Amino acid sequence: MNEITILQNGRIIDPGNKVDGQGDLWLRDGRIVPPESSVPERARCFNLQGKWVVPGLIDMHVHLREPGEEYKETIASGTLAAATGGFTAVACMPNTRPVNDTAAVTRFILEQAAHASARVYPVGAISKGSDGTGLAEYGELKAAGVVALSDDGQPVVDSQLMRRAMEYAASHGLLVISHSEEISLSRNGVMNEGLVSTRLGLRGVPIAAESIMVYRELALAELTGHHVHIAHVSTAAATDLIRQAKKRGVRVTAETTPHYFTLTEEAVEGYNTNAKMNPPLRTEEDRQAIRIGLQDGTFDAIATDHAPHSVLQKKVEFDRAANGIIGLETSLPLSLALVRDGVITEARLVELMSSAPAHILGVAGGSLAIGDVADITVIDPDRKFNFTEDLIASLSKNSPFLGWQLQGKAVLTLLGGRITYNDLQD
Amino acid sequence: MNKEYRFQHKHILEMGQFSTEDIFYVLSIARSFKEISSRPIKKVPTLRGKTIINFFFEPSTRTRLSFEIAAKRMSADTFNISASTSSAQKGETLIDTARNLESMNPDIIILRHPSSGSSLLLTQHVNAAIINAGDGTHEHPSQGLLDLMTVIEHKGRVEGLTVAIIGDIAHSRVAHSDIIGFTRMGAQVRVAGPATFMPPYIESLGAQVCATAAEAVEGADVVMALRIQQERQHDPLIPSLREYARFYGVSRKLLKLANRDVLVMHPGPINRGVEMNPDVADGTGSVILDQVANGVAIRMALLYLVMGGEKGGDTQ
Repeated sequence: MNEITILQNGRIIDPGNKVDGQGDLWLRDGRIVPPESSVPERARCFNLQGKWVVPGLIDMHVHLREPGEEYKETIASGTLAAATGGFTAVACMPNTRPVNDTAAVTRFILEQAAHASARVYPVGAISKGSDGTGLAEYGELKAAGVVALSDDGQPVVDSQLMRRAMEYAASHGLLVISHSEEISLSRNGVMNEGLVSTRLGLRGVPIAAESIMVYRELALAELTGHHVHIAHVSTAAATDLIRQAKKRGVRVTAETTPHYFTLTEEAVEGYNTNAKMNPPLRTEEDRQAIRIGLQDGTFDAIATDHAPHSVLQKKVEFDRAANGIIGLETSLPLSLALVRDGVITEARLVELMSSAPAHILGVAGGSLAIGDVADITVIDPDRKFNFTEDLIASLSKNSPFLGWQLQGKAVLTLLGGRITYNDLQD
Repeated sequence: MNKEYRFQHKHILEMGQFSTEDIFYVLSIARSFKEISSRPIKKVPTLRGKTIINFFFEPSTRTRLSFEIAAKRMSADTFNISASTSSAQKGETLIDTARNLESMNPDIIILRHPSSGSSLLLTQHVNAAIINAGDGTHEHPSQGLLDLMTVIEHKGRVEGLTVAIIGDIAHSRVAHSDIIGFTRMGAQVRVAGPATFMPPYIESLGAQVCATAAEAVEGADVVMALRIQQERQHDPLIPSLREYARFYGVSRKLLKLANRDVLVMHPGPINRGVEMNPDVADGTGSVILDQVANGVAIRMALLYLVMGGEKGGDTQ
């Protein structure tokens, strides 16, 4: 093909290669190539003055709902939402129907993903059926293409099973991702336990439900010497536990989500089911602590926990509504607010949303070096837009950010050099 | 009362929606309606031609009957739907059921439902006036109003009184409505019970948390005991009813700490010998049956007011 694309005059931010500056990026045959002395006639050029050119964003925690709940999301629609939000890769959690606990399900997901708008990295189940009893076949899963293991959506209650999962996963070179929730404390809870739950008469989930289980995972990582990744951290207490564990050398990484650093339990007022998720939105103190954790390196990654649900699960009584919100199309704008607020630098943002998740999952990406696959996101940090339902590419519209005025977004997404999203206006 | 005052609420969802002026107004209307219930012919034509649906997803004797009697004494047509006979059994959602009811043009839907916020949800999907007859562990505003009416009837005021509420505050929508209502009307509200019955930040609603029942009752003008909900067995809140009765049951001995003419209240139904001794429930100062009688008057007033008050017809 020999087709050349040139991204001109953008600010290239590639912290993995210690690059941050104005320049051009040349792409050919889906890879980044060295610039040539003159621009060929047939080259496709984009003038990206005022825009940022960064390694394609990677969301290490999404729910794509296929197989089994295709009315909520499909691999096609979910990856389109990813591309729209500036993501070139996502890791999808195994709580589909059936659960991704066997190679056949993994292969099905990868087949569906072959022509999708983003790379899809399947996460396999820790336990068969994610029922918390026996180990799934990690060797088979890995051979089929699984990049990590999690029973996300529910905790692994049995500590011995979690220990064995960490050990056995390590033998197959797989990462264990923990959904940290002490279910005996959180059972029946529908929002954070506190002021707002008392006022609304809703059953609460205490902060201890997260910190107890995070502490167990850290203790098991310490015991086994293996790496554990803590998903969707929502509290100041868990942030601090992870910070202390990192200091003493425990092999732990952690992610948080835009909703935990943007919203608090107040968002539930009016029984807003689009503010219902697990773990629940917490207090302002927690929100601030999570922002500090993003700043000081306690958190390695920003993930979305993109969890599509239809009106069937959301337009109901609050305590009967499903947990979860979509996030792929708001993650970047909400994270850019952290940069504007001076919480993190541009380079740190790129680490949190691209190079670190790639590194944690052990997948390609997160780098714009010569020879790398051209997974690239172009960001307009100034573009303002009103986030409305008709903009959403996801099949589900369950977002607490509907109606928000957001600033900054992906304007061009390239997957192996192919344009998967283009919102350049000039 | 301010001459320009008008009752502006289309729906009755929670005590928190009312100003003190609103509460005084509802109580004054209720007092004027109370007399109707003691007439030989207990019926006025005020709500003739209005359709009222009692939509009850939880078992209820007192509240449902109270609303039904209130509606019938105002000549409205009433219909009762309970969870066991409704399409909820066939998998229909609350919103769908309500929309179907809406198509039959009811004027008022009275909802009792196990989910907090369910009444608010209904207002977003139907045009009828909604009256919350208890939503989960959130609120039970008509109970809060009838409790205020009962106290004023006996004490002449609420402001400056000390009200002690003893029991399972965390799981009681009555307690929530009473704490908000009595506090708003100028009373000091104390709550007591084992810590397992205390929701976090209950002080934020205006209540003062007491360590013991004695501390709460000391010098109180009103003592209210809440029903121990024996159906909450999945969560180990108390070891036994016996131990609860010993430490938190309202007895004659405990009441000696209160003001001499203390009022004893209970939203019912009573577990006699658990949260309240029989001699207290039936003794001097007990206004438990007055609460029930006032319940009809309060509900007549609420039905009348959500239908537009004086515009709706005559009160005689």
